[in-house]
Amino acid sequence: MAKLSIAEALRQAIREEMLRDERVFCIGEDIGIKGGWGGAFTVTLDLSEEFGHDRIIDTPISEIALCGMAIGAAVAGMRPIADVQYGDFLFCMMDQIANEAPKLRYMSGGQVSVPMVMRAPIGSTRRGAQHAQSLQAWFTHVPGLKVVAPSTAYDAKGLLKSAVRDENPVVFFEHKLLYGSKGPRKVEGALSAVGEVPDEEYLVPIGKGIIRREGKHATIVAIHRMLYTALNAAEVLAKKGIEVEIIDPRTLVPLDKYLIYDSIRKTGRLIIVEEDNLTNGWGAEIAALAADEVFEWLDAPIKRVAAPDVPPPFAPVLEHEYLPNEEKIIAAVEEIT
Amino acid sequence: MKAKSLTRQDYFDMYHTLNLIRRFETRVNELYLQGKIPSTLHLYIGQEAIATGACAHLKDSDYLLSTHRPHGHAIAKGVSINSILAELFGKATGCCKGKGGSMHVGDFSVGMFPAIAIVGGNTPIAAGAALAQKMSKNKGVTVCFSGDGAANEGAWHEALNAAAIYDLPVIFITENNLYAASTPFHLNFRVENVADRACAYGIPGVVVDGNDVMAVYEVVGEAVARARSGKGPTLIECKTYRQCGHSRSDPRNYRSREEEEEWLKKDPIPRYRNFLLSMDDITSDDLDVIDKRIEAEIESAIEFAKKSPEPDPAEVYTDVFKE
Repeated sequence: MAKLSIAEALRQAIREEMLRDERVFCIGEDIGIKGGWGGAFTVTLDLSEEFGHDRIIDTPISEIALCGMAIGAAVAGMRPIADVQYGDFLFCMMDQIANEAPKLRYMSGGQVSVPMVMRAPIGSTRRGAQHAQSLQAWFTHVPGLKVVAPSTAYDAKGLLKSAVRDENPVVFFEHKLLYGSKGPRKVEGALSAVGEVPDEEYLVPIGKGIIRREGKHATIVAIHRMLYTALNAAEVLAKKGIEVEIIDPRTLVPLDKYLIYDSIRKTGRLIIVEEDNLTNGWGAEIAALAADEVFEWLDAPIKRVAAPDVPPPFAPVLEHEYLPNEEKIIAAVEEIT
Repeated sequence: MKAKSLTRQDYFDMYHTLNLIRRFETRVNELYLQGKIPSTLHLYIGQEAIATGACAHLKDSDYLLSTHRPHGHAIAKGVSINSILAELFGKATGCCKGKGGSMHVGDFSVGMFPAIAIVGGNTPIAAGAALAQKMSKNKGVTVCFSGDGAANEGAWHEALNAAAIYDLPVIFITENNLYAASTPFHLNFRVENVADRACAYGIPGVVVDGNDVMAVYEVVGEAVARARSGKGPTLIECKTYRQCGHSRSDPRNYRSREEEEEWLKKDPIPRYRNFLLSMDDITSDDLDVIDKRIEAEIESAIEFAKKSPEPDPAEVYTDVFKE
């Protein structure tokens, strides 16, 4: 067992997969420049020295090209891991990631497949409206994409390795405050998500959630930073005699809905916590599924705790107002318990 | 202009491809007007020399990326016309099992990606396919066809620049048919030629008569050789003319009948036939035999498509993810 940050765990996953399979390569902006940062958050640091610039491919600031090249290479038999500096830049490549990658297989009648990973950092971290969004929901709506959202070092490594081996396009969201990036790329206000990672090889399957805390009074579903916020809230609630169960779905597509349903059958209450703004978020889909399929087990209205429908603001006081936090989660839980 | 390396059979093969595309598109248009084919059509009539001359250089292991106007590219790359026609009819025997339709025809077993119907969207994917060829050192090349309209898409610029900096084995062929849907070329460009933009990426840019099979064959041959030898991409602009409307029910009111008449005089079909007949060892009888064969092939393909079964409705749910 080694204690690794998420950035280190992701780097280990990439390295192991590149050693295992020569078809695996990385493509992105500033990922392998000597004297650079190893991507915006150090994940690919030093990999170009080991694998060379033919397999750690630095691109111009051309998000359409880097995504399209990953797609074309994937169809042609390679296993690209593409990388954008900030998830917000995914919108620059929207045709490629929404029209091309997830549709080529279907519209060709199953002739081709697109085994690629699109890594993207998300999360509101004092960077204002265009470097701080949590975009997962956009991609959960596109048939043909898998959407992965690890929150621990163990899961980050195991899920990235699974994503590389998956036969389909996987959008892989990483939270900027959970990386544990070091040096000049350290992010102010970062959480310590350092965790134990086995020395031996393992995979975390895409589509399997996990219970992070057991409880009987209410179920909370959360990912990324909000998972940790919910865990903090659970401590406070426990002191008040309310035991919440916390589920980390780990992947949003495919969603481990039965894990959530089983928890609802136990608690009768559901709260979904998202860092994204409220309307049409992935939490809305989970709420709709629960209302549709386990309605009879629900003893109270489903609650969503999310950011308001405004862009992420910059000033710390504004960002604090914008983000879901422990108090907002506790209030939502207490409202229905 | 007679290329030294070409055999008599090569000339016949290109004649077959050129005329198969023309007759295919003509018959498809008739079937469409009779209500036999659902959806819309973007016909390749007038531009056949480009796919013919370019694809003559390609092997099945080379890749081709196409557009919303893909029938000619597919035929020239060797996709069976039975499977293309069945796809247009929306049949289970179509090259894409009826899931793609006219704008997405393709057959990866002969190197043709499903056609990409987002203008310019195919260009970075072509660069990626070429990147895979370069990484695997298999000497393969990728040909990416686009219309003139695509040259004003951001994807096109990003892809050409990326292909250039990595010396990727890709040939970008712009089929400049003078209209981006209804908008004439001169309203969309301050440069005279799309190929003039090649200098912005530091790659060769070549302008060629796109209605001349042999001229296209020559310049694409040089670009393919350059790509196979690791020297990187080329941008080739083929000047041509879309004889039909952009798609269905386009009365072409944005251009004059006189202009159309002028371009009909440059029709690639009689030009290539006359070129062949100017050679000592090819007679009109030789070519008539090929014409007859084409008619039989097309009528047989139409029968195949008509008789083929519809897709099982349960097929709607398959081929989203690969297990």
